[in-house]
Amino acid sequence: MKIHQISVFLENRTGQLAEITGLLAENGIDLRAINVAETSDYGVIRLITDDENAACEVLNKNGFIYSISDVQTVGVPDKPGGLSVLLKALADADIDILYMYSIFGRKDGRASMVFRVADQAAFEAAVESSGLNCSDGEDLGLE
Amino acid sequence: MKQQYFQKEIECASQQQIKDWQDERLVKQVRHVWDNVPYYREKMKEKGLTPDDIKGRDDLYKLPFLTKADLRDAYPYGLLAVPLKDCVRIHSTSGTTGKRVVAFYTKEDIDLWNDCCARAIVAAGGTPDDICQVAYGYGLFTGGFGLNGGSQKLGCLTLPMSSGNTDRQLQFMEDLGSTILCCTPSYAAYLAESIHERGIQDKIRLKAGIFGAEAWSEEMRRDIEKSLGIKAYDIYGLTELSGPGVAYECSEQTGMHINEDHFIAEIIDPDTGEVLPEGSQGELVFTSITKQAFPLLRYRTRDICVLTREKCACGRTHIKMSKPMGRSDDMLIIKGVNVFPSQIETVLLEQGYTSNYQIIVDRVNNSDTLDVLVEMTADHFSDSLADITSREKDLIAALKAMLGIYAHVHLVSPKSIVRSEGKAVRVIDKRKI
Repeated sequence: MKIHQISVFLENRTGQLAEITGLLAENGIDLRAINVAETSDYGVIRLITDDENAACEVLNKNGFIYSISDVQTVGVPDKPGGLSVLLKALADADIDILYMYSIFGRKDGRASMVFRVADQAAFEAAVESSGLNCSDGEDLGLE
Repeated sequence: MKQQYFQKEIECASQQQIKDWQDERLVKQVRHVWDNVPYYREKMKEKGLTPDDIKGRDDLYKLPFLTKADLRDAYPYGLLAVPLKDCVRIHSTSGTTGKRVVAFYTKEDIDLWNDCCARAIVAAGGTPDDICQVAYGYGLFTGGFGLNGGSQKLGCLTLPMSSGNTDRQLQFMEDLGSTILCCTPSYAAYLAESIHERGIQDKIRLKAGIFGAEAWSEEMRRDIEKSLGIKAYDIYGLTELSGPGVAYECSEQTGMHINEDHFIAEIIDPDTGEVLPEGSQGELVFTSITKQAFPLLRYRTRDICVLTREKCACGRTHIKMSKPMGRSDDMLIIKGVNVFPSQIETVLLEQGYTSNYQIIVDRVNNSDTLDVLVEMTADHFSDSLADITSREKDLIAALKAMLGIYAHVHLVSPKSIVRSEGKAVRVIDKRKI
């Protein structure tokens, strides 16, 4: 299952993160994953929420610039080397990872990772070749 | 398109007729100023001149210049040329560059100024059937009263909105069906954006806009025209000379006709003061030849532009000035390079950014720095930092190509740069030299 990630432009200024998370909280939107990438001037906050439409509406209303992208999540064995097996398989299959980050919590001995890749089909095949599966979003509590 | 004129016999007069008017009115004006303004009489005496030395337009170069500094020195009454009892109004400059300058008007001065603005509205396609929304500030600023006077003189239904209160602007625009909008270009862009945000484009009946009082680029014109579905016309003026309507654009949109029956324009070398031939780029200098209360001879505008007498397809014969390329006092010298804010605006709009930007100049370790704050747009955003930084690099490269120096670009949140509903504060120069 393709999971939608919302990426929001942030000016590098104190309180910007709190403003976004505060707005989501006020509107009862739950965060399932969050990641921040920054430069000296600005940042991009990447979110997976339980209600994409509501989140977008809140962002729109408050004048934020954002975009939606498809990401993949994979549950990797939560033990030393668990992630490295997967990354090796992806490297062998020549998969270009734009970025990745982990999700809070673990389930059934697996830790979930979020991947943003250019070629999704090739990515899925490579994940399977490593003996793992792309998740259906259940690990994020998404239906 | 059929051309309409407000005062055809004046606007389409022959070159000889224009020269005759200018010769006769200049001679009279110099005498008027000599007789009534001791400040200017002293300046003429310093150059060994008397009114008899000025026999027509060709002698204009002999006269001394007036600058904004003279106007400040003579504040408030030093350049007044009629008894105060004949004055009916003042206007004043915004005072952004120093002490305020106050200009005076007689009843007739205002009447002639209204003619100039009415000509501009007609040149923009206006007729007495139009509904003219004036969203320039009313008050000491000349924008509101100037266009208001022109609109009323032409016979348009005039909406004296003044600037600001965007909700009310849009409500009247929609409910009353305004067809002509007069305001600053930055406010027009802001109104256009607000119209699209509210999705009320289909309810707007505007056909033309008359935008002035600040610098704007061709790209900004195209953006506003597209976004509002109108033709956007430039208008030029200075409080010192009367206000908007000193010059205005016609259907050709290739420069602004100067109302030569009221003003004589010259282009000079800003460094030497030497008069340059037609077609040269230089500083625009105006002599007001009909103004009674506050007549200015050879007033240096600080605007850099080009004049042309090339025949205009609209039929008007008055000389045309190009859009000012910058002001000699807006011009920033950064690392020894001349930089006009309009150049930065041009690059931003070409690259798809908004015209809402801010330039910050500073001096760090004895070296000038140029920082440009640019608002992020949906088109330039991506979830990948690599994409954003690559677009940022493109912008930096384009700025370098245009300016010749490096600009630090800072991407900021949309609408985070203060929007002004009057004049935009585009430049902050922190250098203490």
